[in-house]
Amino acid sequence: MQIEINVLLFELALTFYFIATIAGIAEIFRGKKTTSRLAFYLAATGFLFHTANIIVRYVQGGHIPVTNMHEATSFFSWCVLILFFFHEVRYKLGLLSSFIMPIVFILMFSSSIFPREIKALSPVLQSYWFGIHVILAFLGDAAFAMACGIGIMYLLQERYVKSKHLGGLFQKLPSLQVLDEINYHLITLGFPLLTFAMITGVIWANSAWGTYWRWDPKEVWSLITWLIYALVLHLRLTVGWRGRKAAILSIVGFAIIIFAFFGVTLIMKGLHVFM
Amino acid sequence: MEILVVGLNHKTAPIEVREKIAFDGPKLDQAVNILKTSDVVKENIILSTCNRVEIYAGVNEVNAGIEGIKDFISDFHKVPKDLLDKSLYIHKGQEAIRHMYRVASSLDSMVVGEPQLLGQLKDAFDSALKNKTTGVYLNRLMRKSVSVAKRIRTETKIAASAVSISFAAVELAKKIFGDLSAKAFMLIGAGEMAELAARHLINSGVKDVYVTNRTIARAEELAREFHGKVVMFEDYTMELKHSDIVICSTGAPHYILMKDQVHKIMKERKQKPMFIIDISVPRNIDPQINDLDNVYLYDVDNLQGIIDTNIQERAKEAEKAEQIVDEEIWSFLKWTAALTATPTIVALRNKAEEIRKNEVEKTLMKMGPMEEKTIRAIEQLTSSIVNKLIHPPTAALKAEEEDKEQMLGIIQKLYNLEIESDDNDKT
Repeated sequence: MQIEINVLLFELALTFYFIATIAGIAEIFRGKKTTSRLAFYLAATGFLFHTANIIVRYVQGGHIPVTNMHEATSFFSWCVLILFFFHEVRYKLGLLSSFIMPIVFILMFSSSIFPREIKALSPVLQSYWFGIHVILAFLGDAAFAMACGIGIMYLLQERYVKSKHLGGLFQKLPSLQVLDEINYHLITLGFPLLTFAMITGVIWANSAWGTYWRWDPKEVWSLITWLIYALVLHLRLTVGWRGRKAAILSIVGFAIIIFAFFGVTLIMKGLHVFM
Repeated sequence: MEILVVGLNHKTAPIEVREKIAFDGPKLDQAVNILKTSDVVKENIILSTCNRVEIYAGVNEVNAGIEGIKDFISDFHKVPKDLLDKSLYIHKGQEAIRHMYRVASSLDSMVVGEPQLLGQLKDAFDSALKNKTTGVYLNRLMRKSVSVAKRIRTETKIAASAVSISFAAVELAKKIFGDLSAKAFMLIGAGEMAELAARHLINSGVKDVYVTNRTIARAEELAREFHGKVVMFEDYTMELKHSDIVICSTGAPHYILMKDQVHKIMKERKQKPMFIIDISVPRNIDPQINDLDNVYLYDVDNLQGIIDTNIQERAKEAEKAEQIVDEEIWSFLKWTAALTATPTIVALRNKAEEIRKNEVEKTLMKMGPMEEKTIRAIEQLTSSIVNKLIHPPTAALKAEEEDKEQMLGIIQKLYNLEIESDDNDKT
């Protein structure tokens, strides 16, 4: 049996993400800067294969490869990585790879479980809106994924400072304020992306099916996600729900996204069903 | 050449003795120059700080060197020698090298890992260089001590964490706020420890400083010193909402700040984090305040707890540092071994003898059978030519003091001699 090039590229990316995740977790225990740099370069190498995989599938399928669960999950983790690299280079946060690379790897690993065939785009999906809608949606979700990782880091660091036991990861984790600010930036990035994704989705739905909104489970859960993050922003700006509360909400929000992404697609079938 | 350390420090001598023997200010230059003229002490560096006075010396003869240095101290400072005998420690050879490395990396300090000593050691070295009192050995050893100290600082966490209340407070503030340059700080009350912590915070770059005190004059005095604003003691809770970091140290016998007050302040601040340090004993700030979101309250015991852990941590790291010191001693000894002329002379002799033998053999082969007497004559002739040629350079090598290292290098290069030496870490 001949191995397809896109499969090979995918497996390479997955392998590199796996090693990068191990290196990221090792950083927690070893705490040498070299380990963190190693995790970064491993992830970057995996990212090159991953990008090549997406390009190959784009060329073979003739459309952005997000039309089945395998492709969608893989594209999701690709978007998370873009944001990860940006933050790693821009802010040089200690232990970022320890908390983000596992998310990336789990997404990629889930992606590897789903069937990988490249299918022609069904006529209903053939629209300019398709590309714009999915890219906005996944970048938004990626920002929320990062906010979740940063939120976990915040909660850990907050517990050290509150409990006054400054052992463990206290020295290596970034300061509370930096984590809180980045968490906030990520949500202010993810929220408009999600909003525009929903608007383009609605317009596209109208052109494809003639109705703007059909209470499809995916639509409902996207609305719930949108409301959660709207609430996060609102509470922060009005009554100052920052720090711990914001961190918890961003973890809850991402849990709902993951549920909407996997749960709704696999359990409740709707318009967004790919296969 | 043997290396010697003769000195005393806070562990072996009380302050009354240390201050008598200190080489402070101009005395230092004077002292190294006197020591330079000594017959027994070939090289010298003097380190004099408030906690220690040490003389590092290169001597040809150890016992004479020790006596010479003791006499010098006793003469210079007009102190009886028996007083010195009680407080002085003496290290020679390998132990002297170890001692210098440990001093430079502050493993021998009162607080392990404090960085000042390295700077003081560098100053001592500079003064020795200026007065030209050192030679190959001490120069090398001193540079090596500095690099060992740096290696220990990067490879162990010996100086990583705070070991004083005020530094612990600044470290925590940085872990809460990241950058302190946009933060406002309020000092409530006064007191030595609070002022020290305040000074460290201000040096770390906080933007606004507020000072409040029951005695307005004291508040004004501190405000002037810290370039801050005075806040009336009656109104300080009003100003608290602008303060990110608060240090409290008043003599009040009860809590002066309660949970519901801070709860209200936090609402007004829109929950921007607050770091409150209560240095007062008895405590002045309701400990329950720590339960509020985004408020971090530390009292003296909390900070002391952190320092205790850090000190234990440093002790653990010091063990790693001692291993590095061991390694580095070994590498220095290898270097000194290579510096002695013997291996080079032996190698040179061997080389010459080898050439001679080969040439004699070749000649004898060509000439065919010969009388025993002739052969012996040829052997004698060649040997004496070789010995006469080799004698002047070996004699010069043995006698050379100043540029021995360079001379050895030249000879090794000219004759292509292979000597085992540790050249990779020349500094």
